[in-house]
Amino acid sequence: MTGAPAARGEPFIRLVGVKKVFRTRRQEFLAVSDATFDVNEGELVSIVGPSGCGKTTLLKIVAGLHPHDGGTLEIGGAGSDFDPARDVGMVFQQPLLLKWRRVLENVLLPAEILGLPMGEARERARGLIDMVGLAGHEQKYPYELSGGMQQRAAIARSLVHDPRLILMDEPFGALDALTRERMNLELLRIWEQSRKTILFVTHGIAEAVFLGTRVVVLTAGPARMADRIDIDLPRPRTLDMKTHERFGSYARRIYHLLGVE
Amino acid sequence: MGPGLSAQTIWRWTAVVLVHLAVVLVWYLAVKVGEVPKFVLASPEETLLSLFDTYPWFHNTMVTTAEIFGGYFLAVVVGVGLALLFSWFHTVDNLLMPLVVSLNMIPKVALGPLIIVWFDYGIQTNIVIAFSISFLPILITTARGLREVEPDLVDLVRTLRATQWQIFVKIQLPGSLPYIFSGMKVAVVLAVAGAVVGEFIASDSGLAYLIGQVQVTLDTAAMMMAVILITLVGVALYLIVLGLERLVVVRDARVETV
Repeated sequence: MTGAPAARGEPFIRLVGVKKVFRTRRQEFLAVSDATFDVNEGELVSIVGPSGCGKTTLLKIVAGLHPHDGGTLEIGGAGSDFDPARDVGMVFQQPLLLKWRRVLENVLLPAEILGLPMGEARERARGLIDMVGLAGHEQKYPYELSGGMQQRAAIARSLVHDPRLILMDEPFGALDALTRERMNLELLRIWEQSRKTILFVTHGIAEAVFLGTRVVVLTAGPARMADRIDIDLPRPRTLDMKTHERFGSYARRIYHLLGVE
Repeated sequence: MGPGLSAQTIWRWTAVVLVHLAVVLVWYLAVKVGEVPKFVLASPEETLLSLFDTYPWFHNTMVTTAEIFGGYFLAVVVGVGLALLFSWFHTVDNLLMPLVVSLNMIPKVALGPLIIVWFDYGIQTNIVIAFSISFLPILITTARGLREVEPDLVDLVRTLRATQWQIFVKIQLPGSLPYIFSGMKVAVVLAVAGAVVGEFIASDSGLAYLIGQVQVTLDTAAMMMAVILITLVGVALYLIVLGLERLVVVRDARVETV
């Protein structure tokens, strides 16, 4: 925690009416319309919606990769020391590890790019590799790891420069169902240990409810934000919570919002 | 793979040797049993013994080796260099890449006589011919390798405000190495062919030149020996490239060709 004074009552991320239009020569395509929600520091907010609803675009806007065409986006609160280069970590659906680097060297990539002191970074990377459960695999190449282990390495990489915000774009979407459940629990543990703010994009409704302190629901065609739901389930969350009545009612509400009855 | 030879490696190399010996055996039997005349097909031992004839084997082998290696080295430098230029300057890429594709369609062998007109005959000319045949595949595969960068990966480093140079050095270039080597492996065969063509058309030394000379006297054994020596030079170059690839490219990333 940075303990910035901005934390007092002010959200860490504030989106008000954020809009994004993609223009090709022939037509305009509304990718995100009127996204309005807050994320407090230390929260894990899920963004759920069908494919093509603009959730990846929204994430990339927050990451600073796309400019937005309307509305306001504030990160870090007024007058805070949020550095967009250093304070964002990303995890994608594919692990995107460099095939020619060992796990440790892969995890160190952001530190190298930012020019951080490498001795310290190396220490930190080892600690993170431990934390994501890859101890003993530091010197392996990506092809020697399973899909789940590769994604663990990608998570460690997103944390190595100690960013305040982690953006995850369907990070477990390419994994089998069982590994995915396991990674959900791991992510919650990592989140609680690292105290980071996480924006988690998924199309899995159960996953969104299970992980999130809050769920933002986006619908497709036309892309728009349907609702924000606070998830009031006890922590630490356990797998048997998925059979709770309250879990079910949250999920039902989201199904309803997305037009699946 | 760790140091030392695994059982699998030993078995693979044993198989390589056995297959080659089998070919020599079939060759031997074909000549002996089939009673093929010596001027049509010389036996393995006659072929080997031709090395003791008065032909300047060593000199000619050195000349051909110099042509193949020289042309090949030039092809790697120019091929990879141009590909880098193409990837840095999009206008150059857009302008010249279509041209490269057309040039690739030219049967380069047919250019041999022209190149000799331009450069006179000799080692340097055959180096140019070997180069001109073998550099295009290297250029094309390298350019492709430099283009094959995962867009999400670029996004990932762009959030960290990576410079263009960092992206190139840390992601693009190492990522293209498997492609570069795949092009280089194809180019070995072409460089050998280029040197041979040059020597056939006009030359006063080299193994292919020697083939032309001894053909007149129907010394089949010497002709076959020259072919074998040219092949060995090619194999040596191929093994060097393969060894280099093993050094710099991680196993999983290697592109399997031949």
